[in-house]
Amino acid sequence: MLPGLRKALLAPLVAAVAALIVSSIALLISGNSPQEAFVEMWKTIDSTESVVLIINRAVPYYIAGVAVAIGFKMNLFNIGANGQYVLAALIAAWVGTKTDLPAPLHVTLIMFVSVVVAGAWAAIAGVLKVTRNVNEVVATIMLNFIATGIVSFLLAEHFRETETGGLVAQTEVLPESARIPSLNRLVELTGFHFAPGVRLLGFLPFAIALGIGYHLLLNRSRFGYELRLSGMNPDAARAAGVNPKAMIFKTIVLSGAVAGLIGMHYLLADPQFYKFGDQFPKTVGFTGISIALLGRNHPAGIIAASLVWATIERGTQRLSTLGIPQEIGPILQGSFLLAAVIAFEVVKRRSDAAAATAAARAVHAPPAPGPVLGSGATA
Amino acid sequence: MSTVTTTVPLAIELRDIVKRFPGVVANDGVNLSVRPGTIHAIVGENGAGKSTLMKTLYGAHRPDEGTIQVNGIERHFRSPKDAIADGIGMVFQHFMLAANLTVWENIVLGQEPGKFFRLDSKGARVRLRELGRRYGLELDPDALIADLGVGEKQRCEILKILYRGARILILDEPTAVLVPHEVDELFASLRELTAGGATVIFITHKLDEVLKYADAITVIRDGKTVGEVPDPSSVTARDLAEMMVGSELPSPEIRESTVTAVPALEVEGLTVTEEDEPDGRRLVDGATFTIHRGEILGIAGVEGNGQAELVKALVGILPATGTILLEGDDISHLPTQERRARGIGYIPEDRQKDGLALEFTLWENAALGHQRVKPFAKGVWIDRGAAHARATVIVDEFDVRTPGIDVQAFTLSGGNQQKLVVGREMTADPKVLLAAHPTRGVDVGAQAGIWDFLRDARKKGLATLVVSADLEELIGLSDRLLVMLRGRLVAELDPSTVTPSELGSYMTGAKEAVR
Repeated sequence: MLPGLRKALLAPLVAAVAALIVSSIALLISGNSPQEAFVEMWKTIDSTESVVLIINRAVPYYIAGVAVAIGFKMNLFNIGANGQYVLAALIAAWVGTKTDLPAPLHVTLIMFVSVVVAGAWAAIAGVLKVTRNVNEVVATIMLNFIATGIVSFLLAEHFRETETGGLVAQTEVLPESARIPSLNRLVELTGFHFAPGVRLLGFLPFAIALGIGYHLLLNRSRFGYELRLSGMNPDAARAAGVNPKAMIFKTIVLSGAVAGLIGMHYLLADPQFYKFGDQFPKTVGFTGISIALLGRNHPAGIIAASLVWATIERGTQRLSTLGIPQEIGPILQGSFLLAAVIAFEVVKRRSDAAAATAAARAVHAPPAPGPVLGSGATA
Repeated sequence: MSTVTTTVPLAIELRDIVKRFPGVVANDGVNLSVRPGTIHAIVGENGAGKSTLMKTLYGAHRPDEGTIQVNGIERHFRSPKDAIADGIGMVFQHFMLAANLTVWENIVLGQEPGKFFRLDSKGARVRLRELGRRYGLELDPDALIADLGVGEKQRCEILKILYRGARILILDEPTAVLVPHEVDELFASLRELTAGGATVIFITHKLDEVLKYADAITVIRDGKTVGEVPDPSSVTARDLAEMMVGSELPSPEIRESTVTAVPALEVEGLTVTEEDEPDGRRLVDGATFTIHRGEILGIAGVEGNGQAELVKALVGILPATGTILLEGDDISHLPTQERRARGIGYIPEDRQKDGLALEFTLWENAALGHQRVKPFAKGVWIDRGAAHARATVIVDEFDVRTPGIDVQAFTLSGGNQQKLVVGREMTADPKVLLAAHPTRGVDVGAQAGIWDFLRDARKKGLATLVVSADLEELIGLSDRLLVMLRGRLVAELDPSTVTPSELGSYMTGAKEAVR
């Protein structure tokens, strides 16, 4: 195995073992058999249908993870991804029901509205931070509450559907032109057929594109260079001509704008919804924080993290039928996250020390014929 | 004194000390014999292993091999607590004082006198005054640390370890932060201490001090003791330097002048006011000067007199009023990014804080500060190829010792980090270079290299501003010297005629000149 890959996998493997031990203890204490629980979990995820369901579930987690990771990269904690995407999804849903456009345009418009609203909502925290030095954690948490209030108000008073006489607090259902079709047709082109009722939801390509875009932005672009630099060493960034305030503002808005895509998966691509209502998932922004931490803000790491998260959730879905509490899922997730964060740090310190030693050794080795001291000239 | 050694045991005797760190042998057979009641100097280049040795002696870590004897008895220190119990105290280069407490509070901190919850401040004050009087270390016990000068803070540190009963004092580069007359005062106090039977060990790389003040000298190179000089009058600074370096002594001196009449940087009335206070103190007060093409202008001054702020204002990190012309163009209202793009090179005084992103690779650091200009910027992207190429050039031409350009910057030693910063700024082809302490904390070899780079660039017409605490460096490198005191440029001196002590008296305001 590549040494880099082995290094990347060591910490999560150790963390997984630790998480299994912790949740086994929890199961034993509650009088259940860990073996029985884990076997049942494995059975639940061990099918094509499960794999598809896990991917469907992981897509919005991935988007949320990327949104939060953008902020993390420069030490900004966007706790408000939740408020940003929920408010944005509601307004986007309403705009979607009030417009009538050809399919690609309709979808584009709704996504555009959502991204703009979420970015603008995040911008409030950005303005507060840049002009008044309000900590973004406090600002975004408060904005989450405010967003929740606004969503309830708008849904109850203005955006409520009228078909059922307004009995249910939900928007009208989006028309066909505003929906992103499932990928089943595409998969069938390869000759593979899903069991009836199984759908690979259509937002997956958007998430993949987002991941590639995130990677390019972070590791290839000037903006990403300055973003990582600002996160790593704000003083050096300043000396290098990066305007810290502008950078903070741009990053918060970008993080919010990406968060605006979270709800689009449910709204535009998931047949359970196509509308914004009580059942609409409203806490994925918080999940994104865990995903970003677990994925170490790395484009590929976040993929792995969102799949792990979704797998655990899927695996624990049927446990209650056996009388095993489903809460073992969050315990597994939590202990895995905690152990992984610790393990990552330990591995990082070790490899940093090893790198420093290797460099020192290389330099202190018998000198190769090299340039003579002081003979260098400016280029 | 040689007769004494036969009857009185040595205050400190280290035999064959070996201390290994992963991949590096920091001390590889060091011997040290310190007679009681003497001032003993330990000299060596940066990275020679002096600090490691002192930490061993102070109990901060344990040696892998070798023995430590204090007053003739073998000791195994587990912690600095054991060392202080044996009467060994250390004054670090970076003071460890709480700025918002008074002198006596700092001194008793962690060892508060009195019973239960009552603090015996009276007793502490009395003891302090007495200690101060006896050793010429007088200091107002009720003064706030924040109000003290550097020399007084150092006195406070020394009093602190004396208060704790130290009889053997270790001072790590005690003169690095002092001006010449403060150095005299310090050693006068240390002399009082040794006359009273205490022993002083000090680490330095300033050879003139060693010859002037030390009773005995130990020279360390590459983790080994390479010279023990019981009688300093028998050696010259050159002998010591050659022992330290193992080869010929470098010198910063410039001979022929390359100064032209073409102004590169014209600064007029530059003023920096303390942040957040509109009527605050002026950190830089109306600085006016010109640097010509091919000229090195040195700024001398005791640290904290506005030199750091002057440089930061010129590069645009600190807001300032006044005008700055770069080759005739007004850049005073341009942001840092634009100033640097137009040819202001910047070597920050703290490379790890301002000059490098330590977790970036060397090639990523090669673009730092130039990330928005060619060749590093390619549209909205970073040109990784160009950054790699530039990093390779820097490593080769500026002798950065590294296994490769893909390693992270924190893996390099301080001297190599500094050469990376210097190389980056110089290869960007600046018109004006602002160099704050360009050789701070680098060893003699790297220092000579950096001096050479500055001289070569000067020959090619670069205008350079050098701020430094190293007076020899300033005098040796500069074509012209300005002295900064309390934010003002108070004197202009000719480096070919001025002496370090003369310069020192201008720096402290003891001597005044009209510009």
